[in-house]
Amino acid sequence: MLQVISLLLENKPGALMRVTGLLSQRGYNIESLTVARTLDPEISRMTIAVDVDSTQRQQVIKQMNKLINVLQATDLTDLPAVVRELVLVRIRMPQESRTAVLKEAEIFGGRIVDSSTEGFAIEATGDPEKLGEFIDVMRSYGEIEVTRSGALAIGLEAKKLRLQPPVPTKTKMEEITY
Amino acid sequence: MSTLMSGARMLVECLVREGVDCLFGYPGGVTIPFYDVLYDHPLRHVLVRHEENAAFAAEGYARATGKVGVCCATSGPGATNLTTGLVDAMMDSIPIVAITGQVTSKLIGSDAFQEADTFGITRPCTKHNYLVKKLEDLAQIIHEAFYVASSGRPGPVLVDITKDVLQAQGHYQQVTAIHLPGYRVFTEGHTGQVRRAAQLVEEAQRPLVYGGGGIIAAGASKELREFVELADSPAVLTLMGLGSLASEHPNFISMPGMHGSYAANMALTNCDLLIALGVRFDDRVTGRLAAFAPHAKVIHVDIDPAEIGKNRAPDVPIVGDVKRVLTKLNKLLAESKSAPDETLRAARRAWWHRIRQWKQEHPFDVATSDTEIKPQHLMAEIDRLSGGQAIVASDVGQHQMWAAQLVRFNEPRLWLSSGGLGSMGFGIPAAIGAQFARPEKLVFAIVGDGGFQMSIPELSTIASNGLPIKIIVMNNGHLGMVRQWQTLFYNNRLSAVELDGFPDVEKLAAAYGFKGRIVDKPWELAPALEEAVAEPGPYLLNVKVTPFECVYPMVPAGSGLEEMVLGPPQPVAVPAK
Repeated sequence: MLQVISLLLENKPGALMRVTGLLSQRGYNIESLTVARTLDPEISRMTIAVDVDSTQRQQVIKQMNKLINVLQATDLTDLPAVVRELVLVRIRMPQESRTAVLKEAEIFGGRIVDSSTEGFAIEATGDPEKLGEFIDVMRSYGEIEVTRSGALAIGLEAKKLRLQPPVPTKTKMEEITY
Repeated sequence: MSTLMSGARMLVECLVREGVDCLFGYPGGVTIPFYDVLYDHPLRHVLVRHEENAAFAAEGYARATGKVGVCCATSGPGATNLTTGLVDAMMDSIPIVAITGQVTSKLIGSDAFQEADTFGITRPCTKHNYLVKKLEDLAQIIHEAFYVASSGRPGPVLVDITKDVLQAQGHYQQVTAIHLPGYRVFTEGHTGQVRRAAQLVEEAQRPLVYGGGGIIAAGASKELREFVELADSPAVLTLMGLGSLASEHPNFISMPGMHGSYAANMALTNCDLLIALGVRFDDRVTGRLAAFAPHAKVIHVDIDPAEIGKNRAPDVPIVGDVKRVLTKLNKLLAESKSAPDETLRAARRAWWHRIRQWKQEHPFDVATSDTEIKPQHLMAEIDRLSGGQAIVASDVGQHQMWAAQLVRFNEPRLWLSSGGLGSMGFGIPAAIGAQFARPEKLVFAIVGDGGFQMSIPELSTIASNGLPIKIIVMNNGHLGMVRQWQTLFYNNRLSAVELDGFPDVEKLAAAYGFKGRIVDKPWELAPALEEAVAEPGPYLLNVKVTPFECVYPMVPAGSGLEEMVLGPPQPVAVPAK
């Protein structure tokens, strides 16, 4: 099944590699992954959709939480959350289909971002499944090329970010002796 | 206020402040600045003969003491050679810090000489790793590395440092705090869950402790002994947990699992309460998971939340440090006012009776022969000389299993063995690390003739440092464990397991300047081992044992523990024509 995970991670070199490496190391298939900075430039937000056996969902979250750069890992699969995706479609179709394509795009809330004699570039956002349907419909009109952003998610219930306080070092403090 | 110093010197300074007294390494181009500081510094550097062994030696040091072991290597091949040891430490949760040199930061990404992406390569081999490209980050990162390696579930941490950082000049800023906001260490254990655990322990008719390396990592041996006595519970200890409860303690049964004892495996299969302490339900212990402790409720205590429920869903999960959790649990049990009723007392007596019976029915086979040295005979003799007190570093294979079965360990941190990763070539370098850590101890390196040949370069390290390690080669002329599987499961088609061309150990040891001999007569075994132990310096003993012995009991891979095979297939009478 598809598990949607929202991660807050420290914006440190290699942090992304740790997350993707962990997923492949443990045999979980990444369906999509998006990452960008949050309001705090030191922290990134990552949304990952993983294809994983439902019995393994908790284990994925626990393994994520073990990564030192991960501040919080939340399984949004069963929580109230909004999941959205952006898709860009470039379509080439016969002249006579232009109006129909425009209509269909409108039904799906798509926006024309480029228009030429050959066709359109259309931008649409929405629920990933809905976008799948949009793509299918567009395909029926002509030759298309598609770029999807991958799922972006936000939980609808506030979850407190619990950070660990600094730990005093226990190292020996005497002055250098050489 | 503070003196100007190089990054290399700052690194040494940090190591000293972390209490490092000895490190294992091998120099190379980019780490020369570091070695230049060591030139006239009291910090002891042990020059190994291969970087992999530097990591294993650091592990041996850490396993024998509980302190963080330190190893270092140069960029490129030096760093890649460390990786086996890093993964080994990862699998067995051993705290080590590895320092590697990296090419100058400007050259990173240019395929420079001896450049490798150490940071990328070692990401899955470590608990955490760092690449230091700025001098001002160095001290903080080194102290962080030691903190991460030794806290929570211990593990290896690698710090890759570019050459320009080692050469740059800067001021050492006192590091007073480690701030890792995303690094959670769970130690206390949920009080409510501990109370539930105590209740289950009191009510259990057939309790069993299943303890592992976590007890040793937590230093919880005393608490474990108190617990088994208070709970009147028998205990099995995994390969990683041997010694955490003295082998001679009456409540100790033995090691369970693929080559565990009949009694241990039967106890696991029949218990009604499994108290799992610092273990991870590894496949070599559980066999087929569905058949593992099928009648038991499970209390699982571990410091790593990800281990809880990973392989077996517990009835009482407790995330915490085993020592602290056991302390709480013991207090509850000691203060408990509920006296067991007669039914329960009778059930417990019956449980102990069954366990004693299992132990008597099929103890580990200590076969001896008048004509050949049996491997078990060798282990029994080593056990006699050790008396449960010596440090024994093993390699991986049949000898490892026989040693685990037959050698007693009356204290933790005596049995040093590569459990999770099963790295051949571990035994001798681990013994080196342990002997540096505990110079007063008698240290045996029990190795097979296969693993020994992976570690021959380190004989030089042993010789040049005069380490009185007793290397005992259990020589059956084969890669015995693979040979055993080929015999039992591949129709005895022995493929690539014969080890011809084993060197003459007397000459080999002499070439390094110490004593060695071969022994192949059973009556010569005890005197030969005694001579080895009496020798003040290193000793290399090549013990020729029965070549085709198999380790029993054996639970075939994928079988339940109860389906263990107790001995070789019996010859079947051929009906007369």
